[in-house]
Amino acid sequence: MPSWPTNTKYISQSTPRVDAAAKLTGRARYSSDIQADGWLYGMILRSKWPAAKISGINLDKALQVPGIKAAITVRDGERTVHFYGEELAAVAGTTRQACLDALRAIEVKAQPLPFVVREDDAKKDNAPKVWEGAANASPGKSREQGTLDQAFTECAAVIEGFYTTPVQIHNPMETHGNTVSWTDDGVTAWSSTQGISSVRDGLAGALKLDHSQVRVITDFMGGGFGAKFGAGAEGVLAARLSREAKAPVRLMLTRFDQALAVGNRPSSFQKIKIGALADGTLHAFEMDNYGTAGIGAGGDSGGGGGGADIPAPYIYKVPNIRVKQTHVAVNAGSARAFRAPGNPPASYGMESAMDDLAVKLGMDPLELRLKNDPNEIRQREYKTGAEKFGWKQKYQKPGSSPGIVKTGIGCAGAAWPAGGASKSTQGEAQINPDGSIEFRLGVQDIGTGTKTVIAVVAAEMLGLKTEQITVKVGDTNFPPGPGSGGSTTCASISPTVFDICTKALQQLQTQAGIADARGENWFAACKKLGVSPLVVHGQWQPGLSADHACGVQFAEVTVDTETGLVTVKKVVAVHDCGLIVDKLTTESQVNGGIIMGLGYALYEERVMDDLSGVVLNPNFETYKLPGLADVPEIEIVLINMPERGVIGIGEPATVATAGAIANAVANAIGVRVSSLPITPAKVLAALGKVPPSTASKS
Amino acid sequence: MKSPEPENFGAHSRRTFLKTLGTAAVTAAAARAQSVAAELEKVNAEKTLGPGAVPVTLKVNGETLKLMLEPRVTLLDALRNYSSLTGAKESCDRAACGACTVMMDNTPIYACQKLAIEAQGREITTVEGLAKNGKLTKVQQAFWDKDALQCGYCTPGFVMSVTALLKKNPRPTAEEVKHACAGNLCRCGTHPHILQAVFQATGVNTASKTEVMDYA
Ligand code: FES
Ligand code: FES
Repeated sequence: MPSWPTNTKYISQSTPRVDAAAKLTGRARYSSDIQADGWLYGMILRSKWPAAKISGINLDKALQVPGIKAAITVRDGERTVHFYGEELAAVAGTTRQACLDALRAIEVKAQPLPFVVREDDAKKDNAPKVWEGAANASPGKSREQGTLDQAFTECAAVIEGFYTTPVQIHNPMETHGNTVSWTDDGVTAWSSTQGISSVRDGLAGALKLDHSQVRVITDFMGGGFGAKFGAGAEGVLAARLSREAKAPVRLMLTRFDQALAVGNRPSSFQKIKIGALADGTLHAFEMDNYGTAGIGAGGDSGGGGGGADIPAPYIYKVPNIRVKQTHVAVNAGSARAFRAPGNPPASYGMESAMDDLAVKLGMDPLELRLKNDPNEIRQREYKTGAEKFGWKQKYQKPGSSPGIVKTGIGCAGAAWPAGGASKSTQGEAQINPDGSIEFRLGVQDIGTGTKTVIAVVAAEMLGLKTEQITVKVGDTNFPPGPGSGGSTTCASISPTVFDICTKALQQLQTQAGIADARGENWFAACKKLGVSPLVVHGQWQPGLSADHACGVQFAEVTVDTETGLVTVKKVVAVHDCGLIVDKLTTESQVNGGIIMGLGYALYEERVMDDLSGVVLNPNFETYKLPGLADVPEIEIVLINMPERGVIGIGEPATVATAGAIANAVANAIGVRVSSLPITPAKVLAALGKVPPSTASKS
Repeated sequence: MKSPEPENFGAHSRRTFLKTLGTAAVTAAAARAQSVAAELEKVNAEKTLGPGAVPVTLKVNGETLKLMLEPRVTLLDALRNYSSLTGAKESCDRAACGACTVMMDNTPIYACQKLAIEAQGREITTVEGLAKNGKLTKVQQAFWDKDALQCGYCTPGFVMSVTALLKKNPRPTAEEVKHACAGNLCRCGTHPHILQAVFQATGVNTASKTEVMDYA
């Protein structure tokens, strides 16, 4: 079995990311920056009806707008649209303004149909059907273990709660989109994607081309978080427009489009009943959960389609269980994988219930967790984090913080059981006689530091400096790599680069006759290659990576009981990801996970209008993201476990935050806000200071 | 529409506009209304531009850009799509994210909220104009060292906001940095590192609090 080097110069140290200068100087070309020769703007006309029969689309007037080079419909003939924002037609033109004018000139003959956008309404028997001939609510999946009803009677304490989470929108700063050029030689797409291979395959399938006729390039992309794996309707439309207009077409979605049609995290409505024995041992757990993935029902958490299932009971061991889960279809854009699918809502619901149970038991909630968490690593993380956070000194009984602005603390745990590696990952390196070396992997760097990880591993293995390593990714012409999802990228590419380097050193030994070509011998060895470079192919190897990362987070908040405003003061996060490859970018991943979790806890929610069926907040003014002033002091402890090999960290880092913050709020004010996001209105309602909002879902 | 743009009008990004909403808001608004009225009179006396393309001259990063633009083209669109300056990013196109932040006469503005013809006669600086001869500025270098960027799409905007701040206030407090960056969003969550980077750029070293512990 191969093993990672110890006494390292780069691995587990802090290397600033290798492509930073390009990003900091504006030199980096993102998909939205591509200016292919003679390129046109592309734009999409979307349904303004949440449900409608479309009987005709007339493009004639759009085609007459000066500057318009192509106008197409998504499909011919009659069709039904199922959500506000569904793609109807697309145009390509020489200016943005021409396209806007052309979209306005398209005539659509539509007959609006009844629709439903709220989960509770959609479940009713007489609700309009989202899909003809199918019930809105799936029959539901049930799972049972032990003797639940009996078990509840044996409990010393039982609580019931209804914990709800909203639909969250990915909102990467760069929207979805592509520049696509379709010529006789095939299609080239510069895609803002997390999966160049899946986009290539998707485009080839939709356009009826061979895979080899489609090339996807992603030099830089501005974030995805799970929403950017496929070619997407926008990718296919860009390609078709390009063929029609005989010119490259850049079709980037608007912020508005992004909120409607390209993914989201499903909602959850978790009715939980949980009971424990007198010593705090969990004994019985019952959950009835439903949620919506928009028009996309089916598919479990973790999949690209995105269902509304969540793992339950989350992370704790309970002997007696009944779990029922239902997907509810509504007339809204389909869900997609979203950073740790299923896990943040599961953690929020379960961890809230745990704290409510601790109150009933009169126990310290941290003690209750230590009593019931079967995972040894998390046990260790709780103890480490509690000390760093000062849990013992800070903990007060719920609601006992004095004054108008109350302080509270809470904690929660995370698991990321998926992860692991994509075992088919491949890559190559070209070693030139002058000693320069270039790595080429068909993976993409979505901001997680993939290029940096390649450089760090290569520099370590070859005894070179990271500056000597050239890294090229984001091109389907390179050996195939994984999509950037499931926190698998790091664990896929690190062993692959390890393998390439090992083979390179072996071949240099054979070809150059130098026993150890590393470090100071490098240039001499390469020189002996003569005139032809050495190209070494490698692939993922077992024994160098693992899966199942854990983590725990502690949060301290203040709650103003007069305004209802929650401020997160501090978060202590303890996470493990096996062997830490680059400490600095790992830290960035954890920060990012926490901040996204903070948004989920306090601000983010897609709001639908049930009367018109439209998304009411498809922009950054009304869909709130955390800003610099909202970000607390963050302290991170990384538990290094080199013996496990490399594990990804992007997803586990965002799982526990909302639960920890929600528990801290409950600890501060002595009552539970059982619905995310925890807005001032909900805090005041929980305190009995204002009536609960009728528009609110809880 | 006409150009160049009058003084004291339009030089207000949302950022500075919000700042001025203090006690002086009423007087300022009244004064501005007067100057606007005066300007409108002047404008109306001159010839109307558009709707077709008109020649527009921009001064960007010390160089002159001569473009033909419809008057409704924004500065951001002009930079990104009518020249090759794609450093300023488009993320919302409606004054809500700051990805498009550039400096106009040393003041940070949202380029998506400025018509290109209004920006004539001004010194525009984009992220491409900061590093001289390949040498990064202190702010850029600090962003690199502290990993104050992930996907990097928000990064040019933050760099411009911070650069503009440090020009006016070389030693800002954390609160002042937060205020200066209140108009910039980042979805990757680089915020803690951005704060560290700004302090490094001002000569205050802030060590990372991250601890690595061995499990065994
Ligand atoms: S693109 Fe200008 S503020 Fe968002
Ligand atoms: S670094 Fe990705 S949005 Fe800020």
